[in-house]
Amino acid sequence: MLKTVQGKAWSKYLLSLPPMAYLLIFFAAPTLIMLFASFRYSGEYGGLAPWLVQDGGQWTLDLTLENWQRLFGTDIYLRLFVKSIGYAVSTTVICMVMAYPLALMIARSGRKSRDLLLLLVILPFWSNFLVRIYAWMIIFSPMGALTRILNGTLDFFGLGPVTLMYSPPAMIVCLVYVHLPFMVLPLYANLEKHDPYLLDAAQDLGAGRWRRFWLITWPLSLPGITAGSILVFIPVLGMFAIPDLLGGTDGIMIGNVIKQQFMESRDWPFGSVLSMVLTVAAVAVVLLGSRMSRQRAGRGG
Amino acid sequence: MMSRKNLLLALSAALVYLFLYLPLVIVVVFSFNDSRLNAEWVGFTWKWYGKLLENQEMLTAAMNSLIIASVSAGIATILGTLAGIAMHQYRLRLLQILVLAPIAMPEILMGVSLLVLFIMVNMTLGLISIMLAHITFCIGFVALAVQARISSLDPALIEAARDLGATPWQCFREITLPLLMPGILAGALMAFTLSIDDFVITFFTAGVGSSTLPLQIYSMVKIAVTPEVNAVSTLLMLVTLVVITVASRLSPAIFRGE
Repeated sequence: MLKTVQGKAWSKYLLSLPPMAYLLIFFAAPTLIMLFASFRYSGEYGGLAPWLVQDGGQWTLDLTLENWQRLFGTDIYLRLFVKSIGYAVSTTVICMVMAYPLALMIARSGRKSRDLLLLLVILPFWSNFLVRIYAWMIIFSPMGALTRILNGTLDFFGLGPVTLMYSPPAMIVCLVYVHLPFMVLPLYANLEKHDPYLLDAAQDLGAGRWRRFWLITWPLSLPGITAGSILVFIPVLGMFAIPDLLGGTDGIMIGNVIKQQFMESRDWPFGSVLSMVLTVAAVAVVLLGSRMSRQRAGRGG
Repeated sequence: MMSRKNLLLALSAALVYLFLYLPLVIVVVFSFNDSRLNAEWVGFTWKWYGKLLENQEMLTAAMNSLIIASVSAGIATILGTLAGIAMHQYRLRLLQILVLAPIAMPEILMGVSLLVLFIMVNMTLGLISIMLAHITFCIGFVALAVQARISSLDPALIEAARDLGATPWQCFREITLPLLMPGILAGALMAFTLSIDDFVITFFTAGVGSSTLPLQIYSMVKIAVTPEVNAVSTLLMLVTLVVITVASRLSPAIFRGE
């Protein structure tokens, strides 16, 4: 390991304290404050009510479980979470199906073309997020060529016109589009490390093409798939812009309701409750994923 | 010669590339289209770019974006470099969690929690609050870029310098820092792009008075799809393309998902 700064105990604090302090103030503290806010009352004009009130010369805590009771009191929010998880799972699976052949092709191509092929995957990912959503708004727009061709074809068979815009399928296409590179990159990093001799040996022993894939390539690529799935699933679960712009009334996700609580109905305590649930879900997915990869590593597979 | 399976693989990969690029090509092409509708090619024009230059709100937003991205990237680069070196050199579990967690969490959580923090301390939302938020999510990316660079360096270089009598500080300034420079610069450019492109976190921390380019695009597309959005999108893509190409030259490793 390269020791960049030699010896000196203080250098450890000199290096780590500034970033640590910054992230404690602007990342850790806000998360805890939001946990606390989920037990507070809503302010009269939105925001939060004071949590400490003076009552006849005595200071009392003014906290409540109301917000959490509201979450569990109906099945609206449970259904919302289930729906969001459903959209996130669909997006992850479609990303996997699309990313696999691409990652495999890149991993098996020559050293020189690999860098270029990878750069081509990454470039659209670095173009602006909203621009990428906007592109699909053009494609799905009622006047766009896609909708007109589709409806022309449907009309030929005597079927009624459809709208693509503002529907869950349109939203899922865009979710896949935005998150696809997150699946391709870890999958490629994994596939690239596979030993080609394994496949040769299997072929010599008489295994056919699909058998070789299912018995060797696929199981070996599971860590890459796990990593990619986490990287796709978590941001999709918390998404609000894509459902907002493309999803219509059916394509509402948990992120939209959180945004609504903070920006429109201004019920911050309840918004905090939903945010905490999302936090727990995201942390659970990360822990589950790292546990799965550790177990596999433990088996030596 | 290609076997049937390889052909199938290449074909499906080509389709995925088409899926990745076609939408962006459509945005660019229609930015030169002489029609208010993004539907049919009518004729070539520069007028949507001209309209952008007359759009005062858009210019202010662009200026804000540049200021925010420069300041945020600058500060995040310093903090992220320190974090990257510290993470490489010491086993600091808390630092590691603090650096990586913001990258792993859904963006909306950072957005709303910072909004609650800023309001709690009675801070007026505006450029400063946006910068503070952007620094928070940029630190991790810089730290990872720097860490990737350190791991690829030869430890013998530092030992040699020490053996030749360099003080630790000299060693750091004359050997380590110049060697880390490509990683630091790549991290800085990444931070700049992430900041100039960010929509979600900015959306929650911007307040009413200050807009950035992504916020401006959002409020425009909420109302209607217009070629002016295509023009500003094309320009934004051009900026990102240049910055990212330079960054990937400086530090190829971090762009390979390693």
